[in-house]
Amino acid sequence: MRAALKTVAPGLHTTVQDLGRYGYQAVGVPVSGALDSLSFRLANRLAGNDDNAAALEILYQGPTLEVAADSLRVALAGGDAELELLAEGRRRVGGWRSLLLTRGEAFRVRGPSETACCYLAVEGGFAVPPCLGSASTYARGSFGGFAGRALRSGDLLPLARESAVERAELTLPQPPPPAREQTIRVILGPQADHFTDAALALLLESEFRVSKDADRMGLRLDGPRLAHRDGYNIASDGIATGAIQVPGSGQAILLLADHQTTGGYPKIATVISADLPVAGRRRPGDRVRFAAIEVEEAEALRRAQEVELAALSASFVPAAAAGGLDHARLYDLNLISGVVSGHE
Amino acid sequence: MTVRFLSSGDSALVVEFGDRIERRLSEEVLRLAAQIRRAALAGIVETVPTLRSLMVHYDPLKASAAELKRAIEALMGAKGRLEQEARLWRVPVCYEGGFAPDLAYVAKETGLAAEEVVALHAGQRYHVYMIGFLPGLPYMGDLPERLVLPRRVDPRVRLPPGSVAIATTMTIIYPLECPGGWHLIGATPVRLFDAQLPAPALLAPGDAVEFEAIDKRSFAKVRAAVERGDYQVPHERLSP
Repeated sequence: MRAALKTVAPGLHTTVQDLGRYGYQAVGVPVSGALDSLSFRLANRLAGNDDNAAALEILYQGPTLEVAADSLRVALAGGDAELELLAEGRRRVGGWRSLLLTRGEAFRVRGPSETACCYLAVEGGFAVPPCLGSASTYARGSFGGFAGRALRSGDLLPLARESAVERAELTLPQPPPPAREQTIRVILGPQADHFTDAALALLLESEFRVSKDADRMGLRLDGPRLAHRDGYNIASDGIATGAIQVPGSGQAILLLADHQTTGGYPKIATVISADLPVAGRRRPGDRVRFAAIEVEEAEALRRAQEVELAALSASFVPAAAAGGLDHARLYDLNLISGVVSGHE
Repeated sequence: MTVRFLSSGDSALVVEFGDRIERRLSEEVLRLAAQIRRAALAGIVETVPTLRSLMVHYDPLKASAAELKRAIEALMGAKGRLEQEARLWRVPVCYEGGFAPDLAYVAKETGLAAEEVVALHAGQRYHVYMIGFLPGLPYMGDLPERLVLPRRVDPRVRLPPGSVAIATTMTIIYPLECPGGWHLIGATPVRLFDAQLPAPALLAPGDAVEFEAIDKRSFAKVRAAVERGDYQVPHERLSP
């Protein structure tokens, strides 16, 4: 039988993603990909993968999964999410580390509760067939990822590897904070001139909140009404991820990975690429504040973020050295001695 | 013509040729897209032609906005003929009965007979300005002036794929089941988007489209052939 990860319970909206599908926006295909690309890349790196390997994005509520392979190395990254091993008296293992599991072991992803999303990478990645060059799921278009949709109970996610590589487990000693209060930096425009001066001031001075209308397409923000200068229709033009579009209601919508490629509402500002992961982590009810910067500064921030990411990867240490207690090793010992709790 | 460069964040530049829907602007947009494609500028991820601007998506780790702006301006200054690989498509459309729920309304609003609406719509060659909103959805224009109407006040919650619709100066085809506020005057049995194909969208910006009116029986026949994978939409290369 082919190595797989079995979906026992799917969670709220669990999808296979990578870093996005590029090259097809001119024919209306959104980029998709991980909402929080930083946590996604760290999950893959902890699992020993390339940054772009296909992994699971878990929104709001985690799935329960079961290993249907000889052994499997997983790594969970994102906020405070952790794994709960369903055998072994429901022992919990924190995120931001790799973990070795064997056939038949089931685990639940607890959370994320601090952030909207977290990522479960598997060593070698999921072996889903690429669609238009990417493993990302675009559920609205019913393509990409696993069967073009979010996971359902019983789904067998194919694994690229039959068994795990022999190596020590790794952990990231100081995970990046969820930064739920961090001011999100934007570059004004491309249609800032379609708004009143008062609207521009309100954008930068007000506190917004993520409404319950939040998904992979975007976050509708509750906050002051942003008034257009004259009319809210423009001849449709392109949309970049992070664009803050303002329809006739005056209510801002921050567009995320699955956003449409073009649109006819003016975009007052666009979130800088370095802050897209932070925006992607925001949950309904979270506060949002914006600050405007110039494009040169945004470019420098993005370069700095890549340096920071490289430093985070360089700081991975064997899991044994993390936090005093070596969960993985205890767990391995339990497996070796055959101690598995018989109740759940 | 004044061209404006607008930043959309630090990963996209908008090269804006104007703020209206005009063939002349669309030609400029498509011309620049072709120039950029051919020049293969470092850092550019992809370009998206729209009605009156070109969005240039780029990797900010490989190129800065200032560098790209200079490189694109240099390209725009370059002379030389540009061969476009545009095609003319003859898309079959059934304008009958249930396929055209808004035909009577359009006829009433425009003061035309239903047959006249169909004759006008099918009697024109359209330019594909852009593909957007949904995978494979073409924005085609310009509609004959007599068919220009505002959008519906109440958008429909669910439209069947293949619905051919009009509003403002444009006609579109909905590629997937989706909500929509345009007037439905027909339906095509052909598929506009198939993610399993290497070139997933039937139409590309710059293509030309003519609609061929077909009856319900032909619709069913073409639909069956499409489902068997046994149908090619008639098309030819357009001479530049």
